[in-house]
Amino acid sequence: MSENAIEITNLSKTYGDGFVALKGISLEVKKGDFIALLGPNGAGKSTSIGIICSLVNKTAGEVKVFGHSIDNELEAAKRCIGLVPQEFNFAQFETCRQIVVTQAGYYGVPRKLAQQRAEKVLAQLSLLDKADVQARQLSGGMKRRLMIARALVHEPKILILDEPTAGVDIEIRRTMWEFLTELNEQGTTIVLTTHYLEEAEQLCRNIAIINHGEIIENTTMKDLISRLDLETFVLDVDKMPNEFPCIEKVCFRERDESSIEIDLPKDAALNQVFEWLTKQGIKVLSMRNKSNRLEELFVQLTESNREQRNNIKKSDKLVKEEK
Amino acid sequence: MGAKVYNREAFIAMQSIIIKEITRYFRIWIQTLLPPAITMSLYFVIFGQLIGSRVGLMEGVSYMEYITPGIIMMSVITNSYSNVASSFYSAKFQRNVEELLVAPVPTLFILLGYVLGGVSRGLITGVIVTIVASQFVELHINNWPVVFFVVILTSMMFATAGLVNAVFAKSFDDISIIPTFVLTPLTYLGGVFYSIKMLPEFWQSISLANPVLYMVNAFRYGFLGFSDIPIQNAIILISFFIIALFSLAYYLLAKGIGIRS
Repeated sequence: MSENAIEITNLSKTYGDGFVALKGISLEVKKGDFIALLGPNGAGKSTSIGIICSLVNKTAGEVKVFGHSIDNELEAAKRCIGLVPQEFNFAQFETCRQIVVTQAGYYGVPRKLAQQRAEKVLAQLSLLDKADVQARQLSGGMKRRLMIARALVHEPKILILDEPTAGVDIEIRRTMWEFLTELNEQGTTIVLTTHYLEEAEQLCRNIAIINHGEIIENTTMKDLISRLDLETFVLDVDKMPNEFPCIEKVCFRERDESSIEIDLPKDAALNQVFEWLTKQGIKVLSMRNKSNRLEELFVQLTESNREQRNNIKKSDKLVKEEK
Repeated sequence: MGAKVYNREAFIAMQSIIIKEITRYFRIWIQTLLPPAITMSLYFVIFGQLIGSRVGLMEGVSYMEYITPGIIMMSVITNSYSNVASSFYSAKFQRNVEELLVAPVPTLFILLGYVLGGVSRGLITGVIVTIVASQFVELHINNWPVVFFVVILTSMMFATAGLVNAVFAKSFDDISIIPTFVLTPLTYLGGVFYSIKMLPEFWQSISLANPVLYMVNAFRYGFLGFSDIPIQNAIILISFFIIALFSLAYYLLAKGIGIRS
């Protein structure tokens, strides 16, 4: 029995118009994992998910879901997956209950059991009081939760969420994070694509970064974070200094009228910063990490990938010219 | 054991599609079930009572009685077709067809689910129009098995054709072009209101190329006991169309044409 929830080998996709969305990617997702699939728009995230869930036909390569190949055992593979797509794709005039019960039926769950399961998942996602309301009447956050409820009604082993918190307010986003964490702790493997890097950092153990149809990074979140050679701190102060000091390797800048941002290399100590601030008679009222540090790394990685591709293009051009 | 479980699950999935379809057209009954009742009542009043009283007997029965099977068949054809065409296209348009594509529903059962959903609407509107007709004319059934067999086969054929239309459709216009420019002329020229024996020989031959003519006449045979076409020819032709359209629809769904990238 396979150790992996998903095994992707040399997966390629070229659309009818010639656009190459995936260039032979390979990826393994372990059972019980919580992995983030990150990448800029058009990188190939949704195409990958589409192929795994058989919404998109692959051009080449192999995909296995819990050991079931989508080429030979498609129905068995589908049974393992629950998909929460990026866009609302339920029938807007159906009630939440009808949507969830019908979806359970598509997975062969008998109607009576489907009704019971629908009640359960709608309750888990705080939608039970809206069970008989038409989907079009729900708020954006409720619609997102309805899609999660629908994806869970057949009790899948793996839940794939394509930007589930897009356009959702902070409170609902946090509630969804808690729900997903709990679900993962109960054994469900979760694959998440998101634009919110903070979300990936908060939730996921592993991360794969996809750019221009290639996986440019596939590692643990811990490892990725540890690669940040700079850490940025925000200090809230009672007054601003007249000028910033010259401390080796440390970069100061004014964030607003009462806070300072400091970029600190990993090997530098914060003590020297505090010593200097104390000498200036400045009190530090509070201090925190700047939350977008993963974002900076993400930009670095995708930028360097772009440079590499440009270099390859240039060398290809040179080779052609030489010929 | 495995195969048995698999079949049961596939049937449950098909049942879910059918229930979803029935719930859908009952939810919008003002758009789906009421119009045929009103339109066909007008046909009975205008063509049956007002004009029909001056036409006299057709093959020994009143004109009203003569046109009744064709009018019932017209509503069955139109509703079976438009139910599947609009429902499947809407599912594509709103992308909720993805709910089905991600689930382990065999293609055959997706096809059967939609077709039987369309058949159910065709039959319900057929019953409604029959009830309306019975208010204007005393109905006699000559051959019950032929009536059932022909109405079920015809609604299956047009429901399948509606699905093929929806698979290819890229806009809502595309699902109204065929009903407006193909289905309606074929139905009106399919011998609903007249016998092809009334036409010159050339037009009789041309009319024989119209498949609706066979269905209307076979259905009329079931009601009244006479037909312009031999009943066995009609059944063979309908069966041929069902097999051809069903195979095409299956191929399109299995390949994911129009629904998968």
